[in-house]
Amino acid sequence: MKDRLRRMKALIGKEFIQVVRDPSSLLIAFVLPLILLFLFGYGVSLDAKRVKIGVAMEDSGAEAASLAASFLASPYFAARLSRDARVLEADLLAGRSRGIVVLANDFSRRFHSAGTAPPIQIITDGSETNTANYVQNYAQGVVSTWASLHKLQQGNDSRTGPLLVPRIWFNPELESRDSLVPGAIAIIMAIIGTLLTALVVSREWERGTMEAMMATPVGIVEVIIGKLIPYFLLGMVAMLGSVAIAVFLFKVPFHGSVGALLLTSVAFMLAALGQGLLISTAAKNQFVAAQVAMITGFLPAFLLSGFIFEIASMPMPIRGLTHIIPARYLVTNLQTLFLAGDVWSLLLPNVLILLGLAAVLFFITARKTAKRLR
Amino acid sequence: MVNRIRALIIKELLAILRDKKSRFVLIVPPLVQLFVFSFAATQEAKNQTLAVLNLDHGKPALTLEQDFAAAATFSRVLHLDHAAEVTPVIEEQQAIAVLWIPEDFSRNIESGQQAAASFILDGRKTNTAQIVQGYAQRIMNDFRARLGPSGPADGARLVVRNWFNPNLDFKWYTVPSLVCILTTLISLLVTSLSVAREREMGTFDQLLVSPLHPLEILVGKAVPALFIAMLEGTFMVLAAVLLLRIPFNGSLPLLYASMAVFLLAIIGVGLFISSLSMTQQQAILGAFVFLVPSVILSGFSTPIENMPQWLQTVTLGNPLRYFMIIVRGIFLKDIPAALVWHQTWPMAIIAAITLSTATWLFKKRME
Repeated sequence: MKDRLRRMKALIGKEFIQVVRDPSSLLIAFVLPLILLFLFGYGVSLDAKRVKIGVAMEDSGAEAASLAASFLASPYFAARLSRDARVLEADLLAGRSRGIVVLANDFSRRFHSAGTAPPIQIITDGSETNTANYVQNYAQGVVSTWASLHKLQQGNDSRTGPLLVPRIWFNPELESRDSLVPGAIAIIMAIIGTLLTALVVSREWERGTMEAMMATPVGIVEVIIGKLIPYFLLGMVAMLGSVAIAVFLFKVPFHGSVGALLLTSVAFMLAALGQGLLISTAAKNQFVAAQVAMITGFLPAFLLSGFIFEIASMPMPIRGLTHIIPARYLVTNLQTLFLAGDVWSLLLPNVLILLGLAAVLFFITARKTAKRLR
Repeated sequence: MVNRIRALIIKELLAILRDKKSRFVLIVPPLVQLFVFSFAATQEAKNQTLAVLNLDHGKPALTLEQDFAAAATFSRVLHLDHAAEVTPVIEEQQAIAVLWIPEDFSRNIESGQQAAASFILDGRKTNTAQIVQGYAQRIMNDFRARLGPSGPADGARLVVRNWFNPNLDFKWYTVPSLVCILTTLISLLVTSLSVAREREMGTFDQLLVSPLHPLEILVGKAVPALFIAMLEGTFMVLAAVLLLRIPFNGSLPLLYASMAVFLLAIIGVGLFISSLSMTQQQAILGAFVFLVPSVILSGFSTPIENMPQWLQTVTLGNPLRYFMIIVRGIFLKDIPAALVWHQTWPMAIIAAITLSTATWLFKKRME
């Protein structure tokens, strides 16, 4: 037992030296997380603010003018006025604007004859699909506000009757940064846990040093544990650092407890390491391991975890697939811990699933490794 | 000289394609990804669950509830009985939103007073919450309009036409974008590994003592990568059009011309990383450190217009940004040559810079 501990210590020490000596592991464990956090913290945002649109004023009546003024004044749009719709259509084609509001030349006349606004045409750039949705929603908002204001000026109070009062919990301003930063942390951990582990272990196989190691008194389990512990610690350090940056620099609120955060991260790290280990054992070649880790580790963490793209909106087979993506559970837990708090009834099942996934992955790896040795 | 380069190109292609696993990894996963992710990467709000807490038994309240239940966004409706159930339903993400109709809702409508219903949303999912909120507001507006002339919501009706993608099908947006990302991934990995593999294997020294000029070695590394990536791009465009039924409205020659320029820019980056790396691991991780930010800054998952000004300036150096606009433009908008050129010349400048920097570094590291 004592020998075993001593051997493990030596192995872990060796692995640490390897990490510190190789600038590329430090790059991936510290520099890339910083870049990602800064991009998600300062730059990237899903909130379309000041979407560029064109307002085609084909009518010069007072009503058309006041509606156009509402579009110009709206904080959601950066509107450009033009009398000629063709100019605006060229803008739309070139991607210089994302939508056109057409106020047809009989707008004011029809307004007077009917007493209400005639239909207003909105053209959006469907090739930017999400932005097109936003343009539609925002335009609806501008027109409704304008219409009720218009009523009010005519002494017709629009503030009676049914109305919907939206209340957004956990993130009242719908600041997309607050949910993207926790998601970015999940991606960082997936990269370290899966990609880095897959690479370092497959290198040992590729170079034949794994076999060399087996000829020594060190057991295979010790080799693997010795390999995993340093990367486990690296992932946890990167996670804690990222959370600290998110909370102190980007002021993302953190309502959960540190204990729950650690529990979730440990469970995820185990699953991610198990995945990386399995990939490297199956691939034994760095190029293949990198590709597979990218495809089954990083890209799903980015696309199938619910971090940017909503899982419920995916078609059934893919929704099913997301259940075996560890990052899915981490993203939910981190977003909950940051924005909502310790909701154990949600957190605990996710932690258990992660541990279950980790157990399955380690079990398959152990069987595969045992076979290879024979 | 041509013979020497040709021999090197053939050797390089063999090195990549000979190994069965590498061949598999190069061809199958990108196509699988194209399929899986094109269905997955959607920012719509579908199949959502709505919870309803209706404390009012009047007819208007019931109608409103039915209006919400009938909306296409909500595929499931949970009925709550007590206000105490609202918190766990939202916290545990059993529903994206709760429609809370108070006891006096119908009474207030009938007496001509303000009748407010609450709509509680899960702010952890900012994008979905925002879209669902938009839908809910529209349902409420229609409900108001149907209450009759006394209802204040007048004809502020919008007629929306979505150009280039009439039904706002998200796949039409995602698939062309994924074609760009996946070709980037392939060309970057193949080139960044090319020199590093020789270094790690020790065959690099053999190349050095051969009569090959450094520039010839680089050309011999760049051409196979260009060839493989173009081929892969062709596969993916074919799969997009034939299997995923994405309309292809634009010009194929323009697509290929701009793809070549784009790939040269990426290959320059790949060769630069490769010259810098001592091992394959460093090369792969280096490629990764370039790839992730350039995907994030490409405008794919979040529009470039939403970024702060300084970051928008940074994206000008990202070749993927231009290529995305071109590919989506050619697929959906049939953009003319002038607009393609407008996006291509910045990529040509970037290509010139990355290729010459890679050559400089490669020569320097050989000394």
